[in-house]
Amino acid sequence: MKRVLLYIILIFGALLFMYPFIWMVSATLAPESEIGKLVLLPSKLILSSYSQVFDKIPIGRAFFNSLFVTLSITTGVLVFGSMVGYSLSRLHFIGRIAIFYIIIFTMTLPFQITLIPQYILMVKFGWVDTYWALIVPYLMNAFAIIMFRQHFMSIPQDLIDAARIDGCNELQILFRILWPNSIPALVTVAIITFMTSWNEVLWPLIVIRAEKLMTMPQLVTLFVVGGRAESQLGVKLAAATLLALPIVIAYVFFQRYFIQSMASTGLKE
Amino acid sequence: MSFSKKSATPYLLVSPYLIFFATFVAFPVIFSFVLTFHKWNIISPMEFTGLTNFLRLIQDRLFFRSLINTIVFLIIHIPLQIIVALFFAEMLNQKLRLRAFFRAAFFLPVVVSGVVVTILWQQLYGFDTGLLNRIIVTLGLKKVGWLVEPAMAMPSIAFMATWKNVGLYIVLFLVGLQTVPPQYYEAAELEGANHWQKFRFITLPAINPTIFMVVILSTIGGFSLFIEPYILTGGGPLNSTLSTVLYIYKQGFFYYHMGYAATLGIVFAVIILLVVVIQRKLLEKD
Repeated sequence: MKRVLLYIILIFGALLFMYPFIWMVSATLAPESEIGKLVLLPSKLILSSYSQVFDKIPIGRAFFNSLFVTLSITTGVLVFGSMVGYSLSRLHFIGRIAIFYIIIFTMTLPFQITLIPQYILMVKFGWVDTYWALIVPYLMNAFAIIMFRQHFMSIPQDLIDAARIDGCNELQILFRILWPNSIPALVTVAIITFMTSWNEVLWPLIVIRAEKLMTMPQLVTLFVVGGRAESQLGVKLAAATLLALPIVIAYVFFQRYFIQSMASTGLKE
Repeated sequence: MSFSKKSATPYLLVSPYLIFFATFVAFPVIFSFVLTFHKWNIISPMEFTGLTNFLRLIQDRLFFRSLINTIVFLIIHIPLQIIVALFFAEMLNQKLRLRAFFRAAFFLPVVVSGVVVTILWQQLYGFDTGLLNRIIVTLGLKKVGWLVEPAMAMPSIAFMATWKNVGLYIVLFLVGLQTVPPQYYEAAELEGANHWQKFRFITLPAINPTIFMVVILSTIGGFSLFIEPYILTGGGPLNSTLSTVLYIYKQGFFYYHMGYAATLGIVFAVIILLVVVIQRKLLEKD
């Protein structure tokens, strides 16, 4: 009896978090007049909400922009983050401790303080309305460096010494020896970086004005807020569904890694 | 260690970061302080105005209003988040079929963009056609002005944010709960401990670090509130959902008051750091 109650509560909980998404998808497929009804299945399924989104905004282009920006950032964060993380964990040089504390300091710095001057920097660099503005300020971050540093410290020094005797230089040690032995750390950093940059919207709203360069969340936000969706709920929700789709597909396949990665960042705090 | 031979390599490896740090962290922070003493719209030359920006800030009703809005958000969001997360974590911390499925379901809103969640909830909160009010009307109750009533709008955003984030904290609490050996509970039961005593003396100490983390992370999240009011209300009704970041955004990128927006940013950052430090001090005592 107690077990039954437990399962009822859990199923109720699962519905609480999933039902709104299911409702959203069904609303995008329903005729406009039927949206908002409590029933899930519309009388007939139509795709006009989606075709209107594609007609009104360059959502395909925005998808490409988001993908390009996100992949560039993720690559940069993995490469640069592991380079710095390696230096801090395994190499001895003057200033190492100072750099470590600088990185810790940037982790505690609220972004609200750098928002305005970073925008001014973009203006002065002539980067407003370019991919540079979306990518370069995110190419490195303190979280990834610390994550790699912690992980590399757990790798046996013998492995590195052996590679050095074989004539590997430091970059070869990093990419040929440490990377293959650090898959969990690489996956965690990649997932977190991919997710946060895919979902980032404040910065694009500030530095991108040209529609053809907008990222997906930005374009969808402006579409919904700017009134071009008029008051058609189905069209707004269709735009939101398209925005959610890539991450949800990735999540369905790799949900265990998503959850572990996010949880591990929380625990590092 | 062969210092002399390889001493250049580490510097080569860290130099990209040092350039990055100087450009995108150190310079902006310093330039922020310079901006606070100036009036500037980027186009015309900077004008030195001394302490004008600070004097304006301490009399700025909208800035204080935005701080109060944030406090309203946090007072609802933090306890709700802890209670709901702990509840579901307790439920999941047993031998279960489909545990992975339930965990994944609770976690789904965490991975989805805040923009999606906000657009979705905009429809759920709709006054006439929203799903929530339809349910309420079906139950024979009066419609709620989720986003149109000033006293209700910020709590509505806080509910939504809780719904979006709580999955992460369920997972974190679950990790905390799983560190407790089941024998502890069995021993306590033999000693005649009741539910409350078991919770107070066994569960709570195990999850204390997690509670600490929920408070800090939710606070930082609350202080970063932007896209939710941007999409849902634009800061209204009657500025009741104007978050500080939204206000800085408006000052900076709507009116192009760069000096004043930078001043707001610095003062706000100092407030955030103070609050987090105080929270740490208070929570670490326990």
